[in-house]
Formats: sequence, C-alpha cells, structure tokens
Amino acid sequence: MRLFSSIGNVLLRSFKFLRRDKKAAAGSIIMFVLLVITAFPTWFTPHDPSAEIYTPGAGLSWSHLLGTTSFGQDVFSQLIAGTRQSVMIALIVGFISTVLSVGIGITAAYSGGIVDDVLSLVTDVVLVIPTFPLIIVITAYLKSASFWLMVLVLVITGWSYGARQLRVQALSLRNRDYLLAARARGESSWYVICVELIPPMTSLIVANFLGAALYAVLTAAGLQFVGLGNINTESWGTMLYWAQNNEALSIGLPLWALAPGVAIAILGSGLALLNYAFDEIGNPALRPVSAKRLQKARA
Amino acid sequence: MRFLVRRLGFLLVALWAALTVNFFIPRLMPGNPAESMMAKFHGHVNPVAIKALEVAFGINNHQGLISSYFEYINNTLHGNLGLSLSYFPIPVSTVIMRALPWSLGLVGISTILGFVIGTALGAIAAWRRGGILDNVLPPAFIVISAFPYFWIGLLCVWFFALTLGWFPILGGYTETATVAWNWGFVGDILWHSVLPAFTILLTSIGGWILTMRNNMITVVAEDYVKMARAKGLKPRRVLWQYAGRNALLPNLTGFAMSLGFVISGAILVEYVFNYPGLGFTLLQAVQNEDYPLMQSLFLLITVAVLVAIFISDVATALLDPRTRSSS
Repeated sequence: MRLFSSIGNVLLRSFKFLRRDKKAAAGSIIMFVLLVITAFPTWFTPHDPSAEIYTPGAGLSWSHLLGTTSFGQDVFSQLIAGTRQSVMIALIVGFISTVLSVGIGITAAYSGGIVDDVLSLVTDVVLVIPTFPLIIVITAYLKSASFWLMVLVLVITGWSYGARQLRVQALSLRNRDYLLAARARGESSWYVICVELIPPMTSLIVANFLGAALYAVLTAAGLQFVGLGNINTESWGTMLYWAQNNEALSIGLPLWALAPGVAIAILGSGLALLNYAFDEIGNPALRPVSAKRLQKARA
Repeated sequence: MRFLVRRLGFLLVALWAALTVNFFIPRLMPGNPAESMMAKFHGHVNPVAIKALEVAFGINNHQGLISSYFEYINNTLHGNLGLSLSYFPIPVSTVIMRALPWSLGLVGISTILGFVIGTALGAIAAWRRGGILDNVLPPAFIVISAFPYFWIGLLCVWFFALTLGWFPILGGYTETATVAWNWGFVGDILWHSVLPAFTILLTSIGGWILTMRNNMITVVAEDYVKMARAKGLKPRRVLWQYAGRNALLPNLTGFAMSLGFVISGAILVEYVFNYPGLGFTLLQAVQNEDYPLMQSLFLLITVAVLVAIFISDVATALLDPRTRSSS
C-alpha cells in the first residue's frame, strides 16, 4: 500500500513538473510517441516499407503521404519502419555508456590517488581523440557495421564525456559531512556509493544518459549516411544513404532525402529537450525567467 | 608554468595513444582486410614501399610485434606515411598536403567565427536575462543541435543551390577555372565555401551560445559585477570587461573539449558538398579501400585536434592567472 502511494506521489510530482516545464513536457510527449511507434510499427505503416511496387518518384498524395522513392517504395512507411533502429540505438548506447560513465567516474573520484590519476588520464585521452574519424576507420575495415557492432563502437567512444562530468561532481560531494558520517558509522564503500553518493547525482546521470543517446543517434545516422552501416536494414540513416546515392535532391525528390533528417531531428530534439530540462533541475539558476518576474525581483 | 608542462605531457600521452590505436586497428580486424589489399599491389610496387606497408599493417612479416611497432612509430615520426594506393604512386603525405589547406581554410575559419559569434551572443543573452535573445536562442539551438550536421548541409544544397540557384552545388572551385592567385579565382573559392561554412557555423554555434550563457549567468551574480555596477560604470564596460572576460575562461576549455565534435561534423559536411578537404578525402579513401591514406588521415586529424587543444590551453594559461599559480 505504501509502495503504491509513493509511486502515485512520484507520478503526481512529475506530472506537476511537466505542467510547469514546457520543455520537459514537449520532450516527454515526443519520446512517448516514438516509443509507441518503436513497439508497434505496423499500426502506423500503410504500406510494406521494402516493397518496390509503387509508381517510382511519385509526389505527395493521400496514399503516399511523403511520396515514393525512385525504386517505388513508400517514403512514409520507410520512415515509420526506420524508427525502431534509431530509438533502440539511442536507448541501448545511452544505457551502456551511462553505466560505464558512472562506474568509471565515481570509482575515480571515490578512490582518489593513483586510481584516480590513471582513470582520469584514460578518460581525457578518449575524450580528445576525435571519435568520428576513428569510427570511420574501424567500420571501413569491417566493410559494414551490423547493429551490435555499431552499438559497441558508439559505447567505446561515447562514455568519456559523462565519466568526466560525474567524476567532478562526485569529487565535490566526496568530503561532505553526510558522506563522512556514513563512513564513520562503518558503512561499506558499496553502501556509501549506492545509497549516499549516487542519489544526489541522479539529475546529472539522467542528463548523461540523454546526452549519450543523442550522440549515438546522430553518429549512427552519419555512419549509415556515408554507407558504413548495413545498407540493407531499415533505418533513417540508410534512407539518407539511398537518397543521396540516387541524387534525390537533384531529381526532384527532396522529401526522400529531407524527411529522414527531420525524423532524426525529432528524436534528437526529444532527447535534447529532456536533457535541458534535467540540466535545469540540477542547476536552478538556468531556469528560464519571465521578464515580469525579473522586474518584480528588481523592484 | 607547471600547468603548461602538465598539459604538454598530456598532449604527448594522447598523441602516443592515437599512434598506438592506429597501429593496432588493422591487426585486430577479422580476416585481415589489409592482406587482400596488398595482394593487389605485389609486383606493381617497389619492394621498399611494400616493406613499409607490411610493417604498417602487420602482413607476412616475420619480425615480432614489438619491433614492428617501433619501426612503425619511427616511420610515422619521420613523416614517412607510405604510398597512397588509390593515387598510386603518389605518397600519402602529398595527397594530404593537397587537401589540408582546404580543410584548414573552411573548418578553421568557420569554427573560429562560430566560437566568437556564439560566445558574444551567449554573453548578451545572459546579460539581458528574460530578453528576446535569452528566450529565443536556447530553444532554437536545442532543436538545431538535434539535426544531423550533414542534413543541414543537404537542406542548404536543396534550398540555396538547387531551388534558388544562388550558390554552386558542390566542389571547392569551378572545375574549368584556371588556378591562379587572382581575385577571380579567390572569389570563386569563397563563393564555393559559403554554403559549407554556413552549415558548420550554424551547427557549431549553438554549443558556444549555451555554454557561454550558462557561465555568464553564474558570473553576473558575482559580487565584483555588482560592485562594478554600483560604481556606475557603463553597462557595456561591465558586460565585456568584467563579466564577459571571466565567463569566457571555462568556454575556452569547452572549446578544446568540443573541437572533436566539430571536426566530426565537418567531415560529413565536406562529404555532402564534395569539398576537397581532409574529411572528403578520408571518406574517398574508405570507398577505395586505400588503407594507408585512411589511417594517415585519421592520425593527422587527431594531431590537428590535439594541437588545437594545446593552443587553447596556452591561451587559458595566458588569460587566467589562477591556472598558472595553482597546479
């Protein structure tokens, strides 16, 4: 019973927060819609996305909302079918990178000394080496990157930014009184880290998850666009690849090339808006101020 | 001084890491793709060049891993990057030197412009809290930063080049133009660079605006800014000489950290516009399976980013006495 009421309480509080914060609300709605499409793509696809049976190069119409490709595929159905891969990449890479970031960042800050020196050095080196050329080189040898290979490469290159931020945050918390008190009580390191240290950092951790997810979506799309992904799967980046290789822009099919980019941007803005909202939870000074309230405060 | 020595040490460690990664990548790949590449070139290439390529890629060599590692490092440090396979027999370094000025010009100038303009806009947005800039810029750039960089380029091609016909669709200069240092040719180059530069500017500027705005919000609340205001200094002087200067420092470090992202985006922008810089050459090398060229380009881009980061460290040390005194 208590569990239910506390879950209800959390829901109520998040609902109130969403009503107050328009950015968070917009981000949540976008993510919810995309998750539904990811789970049940067939509800939304009027045509078989891979069937090459329609009039090639058709413009907008009710039966083809975004026209067709020069192979005679329905652009809108392809767009819906491609949602799953981008959303999955975002969630999986975001999750694994965040686990790595939390693990490495907090271990470094909590251990201090030589462990911190080594982990920080590794983090900084991974951070400054430009990741995209590196990913290009790796995938070039493998000819085309499968889904899980792409996840692996994106995680390897995507964890460092978060680890660095979390280390700094954990360092600033490390010597607070309540943490010292927990240690003085004789609590184990695991207890101190999981119960005392991590909860105050939740908003930063969530922000990191969203940042890593955004990075994964954009980088994966870029790789697929230049043909380094698996070009036979259904994804937004692959659509862009086929559109670019068939010169969709110059043969008068701009929607084929532009629609997947808009889809990526919708997912990206959803993540970025939520990220921004979590930044503002963590740092109240950044919250938007209305000009009226500001004048009142000054007067 | 100690700060700079530490940063120099970091530069060297990062360079070494990049070299080492570069050495091991082809060796860790399944099925050794480099071997099939070499098979094509046996007999056409002189034995010395073959030997250098074998060391670089770890093919049929009888020497141990460690000695070939040192030989590779030695070769690279002497600028001996091997021969390009797709432009055979031109050395990789010549191919790179051809592409380098294009990237330096396009990416260098648009990155610096983006940093300067973005920082200024961010400072003004935070200074007028709740004003038009403060309300419009952050959400606008959140949305823009969610678009793939190269897609903004595609949009520009479609709208400004294909639909309106204001700018050329692709390339760094008109193919038929005579290459010479006269106004006509320079103008042609500039005309071709407008759209790619605009794309890089638009996609990178948001980051600078947001970080500068956030730093500035913290700095504006500091006592010395209130003091400056209380003294009755002109607002413009307080904005740039007191608050702006101090809010800029963390942004310089941020500049170093996000440079890698900007370069990554620029690679795809060059690809969209067929702009003859390093990024476009890199992707062409990938398509042609020109592994020596590809790996040297990765190394060079990394070195460029690392050196730029070191320069921004030096700038931070010069501008901020605190980094010099404390370690």
